[in-house]
Amino acid sequence: MSHLLRFVFEPGFFASAPVHVAVVAGGVAAIVSGILGVFTVMRGQSYAGHAFADISVTGGSGSFLIGISPIWGFAGTSVLAAGIMDMIGIRRPRGRDLATGIVRGAGLGLAALFLYWDTTHTSTTGATITILFGSMFIISTSIIPVIVAFSLVALGIAAVLYRPLLLSSVSADLAFARGIPVRLTGVLCLVAIAVSVSLSALTIGTILSTALLVGPAATALRLTSKPGLAIAWSALIGLGATWLGILLAYDSFYWPPAKHGWPVSFFVVTLVFLFYLAAQLASSRRTRSERHAPAPAPGQGG
Amino acid sequence: MTERQPYVSSDEVLAVDGISVWLSGREILHDVRFSLRRGQFAGLIGSNGAGKTTLLRVILGLTAPTAGDVRIGGEPRARRSGGVGYVPQKIQLDPDMPLRARDLVGLGLDGHRFGIPLPSRSRRRLVEEMLRAVGAEKFGDARVGNLSGGEQQRVLIAHALISGPKLLLLDEPLANLDIRSEQEVVSLLARIAKEQQVAVLLSAHEINPLLPVMDRVVYLAAGRAASGTASEVVRTEVLSELYGHHVDVIRVHDRLLVVAGRADEPGAPVSHDDAAPVARAW
Repeated sequence: MSHLLRFVFEPGFFASAPVHVAVVAGGVAAIVSGILGVFTVMRGQSYAGHAFADISVTGGSGSFLIGISPIWGFAGTSVLAAGIMDMIGIRRPRGRDLATGIVRGAGLGLAALFLYWDTTHTSTTGATITILFGSMFIISTSIIPVIVAFSLVALGIAAVLYRPLLLSSVSADLAFARGIPVRLTGVLCLVAIAVSVSLSALTIGTILSTALLVGPAATALRLTSKPGLAIAWSALIGLGATWLGILLAYDSFYWPPAKHGWPVSFFVVTLVFLFYLAAQLASSRRTRSERHAPAPAPGQGG
Repeated sequence: MTERQPYVSSDEVLAVDGISVWLSGREILHDVRFSLRRGQFAGLIGSNGAGKTTLLRVILGLTAPTAGDVRIGGEPRARRSGGVGYVPQKIQLDPDMPLRARDLVGLGLDGHRFGIPLPSRSRRRLVEEMLRAVGAEKFGDARVGNLSGGEQQRVLIAHALISGPKLLLLDEPLANLDIRSEQEVVSLLARIAKEQQVAVLLSAHEINPLLPVMDRVVYLAAGRAASGTASEVVRTEVLSELYGHHVDVIRVHDRLLVVAGRADEPGAPVSHDDAAPVARAW
């Protein structure tokens, strides 16, 4: 038994301080992304989520220039982007991709400049890699309270607006008719998505954060038709992929031949993808067998 | 022809009184007036662009009229007040969306509320009753996005009815339905109007499916309305005046055909920049 445990958990895993921080910060980010991801996918705003990830590069690289934690830059620029997208008109079905595309393009232009300055004018050589691919093992403990506060903001919005957001995802007209302020709830949802992207940008990196936002949610939608359960599954899948990814990344320091350690973000994103494939396979097999199953007996209710 | 209102009864659910709407410099509705009583089933008939959706939006309080007012249950229409169920036009329901028919019906009860709903037996029972009332109990657990058009209409009707409104508005609920689903939805709505004493106002561009069950018709053409019973309104004189153009109403096997007349016939428009000659065969 202890041999098996040693085989799974390489020595020092539970004692390592960076692992502790990664487990907490990565876990929180995964749960928040998983939950907001379901709203993102249901509202058809995956592209906006992706744009927040790209725009976070701008904020992250800017933060390195002025010497603050990148989380402030990630959150600041993506929340600002959410506001601009709303102003341009993300509510209109056709305005959606347009608004997102314009804001994303402008953000990436600035990111190019900031990343250039990061590498030429300052001595933060690892900035680009950290911003793009995350820094789960080098997160400062002083950032944990910020991570928790951001999580509470995003989850608070999702919890308070749960039903209005569900209804306006079905149809904005239905929500209007019920007296729901559709635009306000839409902006607040975008802000919550932006905040959740900034959290996973910190842990698994800006360009990979979309995977943690959309992947677990897309997997959960294959597993259940109940909205509440889909949210729970999504959070669980994100958390599982993140924690398993941390374990594998830690273990990979002991793997032959190089014994160098592989990037944790690689493991997390790959696991998310594998979970999705498994769920897709299972659900397509299920629908196929349902189609071949005999029709339910007539005469019930009706 | 406009409807006079000699009776002011407590039965009156909806009164539309002299509604005119101008949108971006164009008059969409002109002095529309009619009323509905409890349990009445009314068809709002008109071709595309006649102003049906605009009128429904005014009644819902989503569009402000330029003139006139709307009373619901005798009270002036206040924005965001309850009491009106609504089934909008053309909802695209995504099959990927994790939302069952019963979830959507439940959102009709409390979809506007904040916070996460607590499990409640009375809420569940109410949803179950409503699903049964519209004949949707067999697919209550199916994803709304996987239902057929007719099934989705039933679920949306249950969603609109579960909060117990006195007035139910439906925008083109028969569009894109096959003939059988069309008949089922129409007879379902007629039954609900009678059983639950709800006034139903349903917009459609085809009058014939509604003829057997319709108590009132509100006929819209070029922004103007004529209302009354079908036999009062769907007549050559009334519709020719409404269109500002001669049209013939022909009855064939209990079906009504509205056919465009020739320009040299009596009743032809005096001025050509008046309403477009919309008349066509139904």
